Amino acid sequence: MTGHDHDHHHHENEHSELSETELRVRALETILTEKGYVDPAALDLLIETYETKVGPRNGARVVARAWADPAYCARLLKDATPAIAELGYAGRQGEHIVALENTPALHNMVVCTLCSCYPWPVLGLPPVWYKSASYRSRAVKDPRGVLADFGFKLPDGTDIRVWDSTAEIRYLVLPMRPVGTEDWSEERLAELVTRDSMIGTGLAKQPHEVS
Amino acid sequence: MDGAHDMGGVKWLGPVVPEPNEPMFHAEWERRAFAITLAMGMPGGWNIDMSRFAREDRPPEDYLSKSYYQIWLAGLERLMLERELIASDEIEAGRPLHPTKPVARTLTPDGVAGMLHRGGPTEREATGPARFAAGDRVRAKMIHPPTHTRLPRYVRGHVGIIERVLGCHVFPDSNATGAGENPQWLYTVTFDGAELWGETSDPNLKVSVDAWEPYLERA
Repeated sequence: MTGHDHDHHHHENEHSELSETELRVRALETILTEKGYVDPAALDLLIETYETKVGPRNGARVVARAWADPAYCARLLKDATPAIAELGYAGRQGEHIVALENTPALHNMVVCTLCSCYPWPVLGLPPVWYKSASYRSRAVKDPRGVLADFGFKLPDGTDIRVWDSTAEIRYLVLPMRPVGTEDWSEERLAELVTRDSMIGTGLAKQPHEVS
Repeated sequence: MDGAHDMGGVKWLGPVVPEPNEPMFHAEWERRAFAITLAMGMPGGWNIDMSRFAREDRPPEDYLSKSYYQIWLAGLERLMLERELIASDEIEAGRPLHPTKPVARTLTPDGVAGMLHRGGPTEREATGPARFAAGDRVRAKMIHPPTHTRLPRYVRGHVGIIERVLGCHVFPDSNATGAGENPQWLYTVTFDGAELWGETSDPNLKVSVDAWEPYLERA
């Protein structure tokens, strides 16, 4: 250890706050493994799956396909679960998906006020802010204020529709396609699609932001 | 159960704080807690509604003082303790002290992809006709069950419109208590902002919840 004493001290404090939880998780894993209830190799695979395979790049491919292919877009808006399965995404926390189309007149935004329901197969695990008390409490009452926290001002007069995921239906927002991308390939289009644009707390990127 | 988890409309100070380039997990223990929770669903045999109730049925000060994965962990411990898969003294000791209770199945590495791909669909064959149709006016009932429910407090007593009929789905209020799936028609019900929040509401706001038929009455 050389220098950075202040930083180190700070991290140590965080560490000691968490240590009770860390020790408890270790204890649980040890007990459950020794009792034969869990297989550590299966745990590793679960973690690897959600850290490397499942995430918002999946959803971005769905959105890009919908932008590029009107027939696919129609299927997605009519019945999203099989349309999304066409691209190979399905399963846990995405068993029943509904796609919501944003337009210049209507902005859709998704929340789970009761817990953290989120379409895992297309977006991965939810970010901390999505699970936070501030988002869960305010999204249904003051969505424009929440959007302002994201640096996003919705034009006055735009209808705003908030979907509270209280059942096992999961919602995926289909953001508006940026202008000036008419001749773009699906692969390039997917680069414009942010996670937040598929939750409704942001917009897709503009072409100059990725080129 | 009227708990601190039911946050819609609660006056909460402080902004939503997005984290740029947020990692999927913020600590190694979160990774392990997440994976243990998913893996234990198989030997544990509980369902998603039992899991949610185990996380949420706790005093507000306890719920609000825990981080997200700490709540998961507390819920998991409760489910395992209730079923005597583990005992408190084992958690304290950090090792098994009692014989293993036989379980029907465990999750092997070979089973992970299949388990995630299957998920847990909740739609079931309808046992009768849907009572409501798109466009119907309905009131969310003023209920305060002591057990699990997925009808948020902020819509109770308020009138909305049936927007979509979503099929017949496992009813969490029954499923969470072990009383069976008891499938019920599920609807997207949309409320005007002013109906929920009064005259000061954003005039362009509509909010929907997905509500099972027993939560609703004709208005």
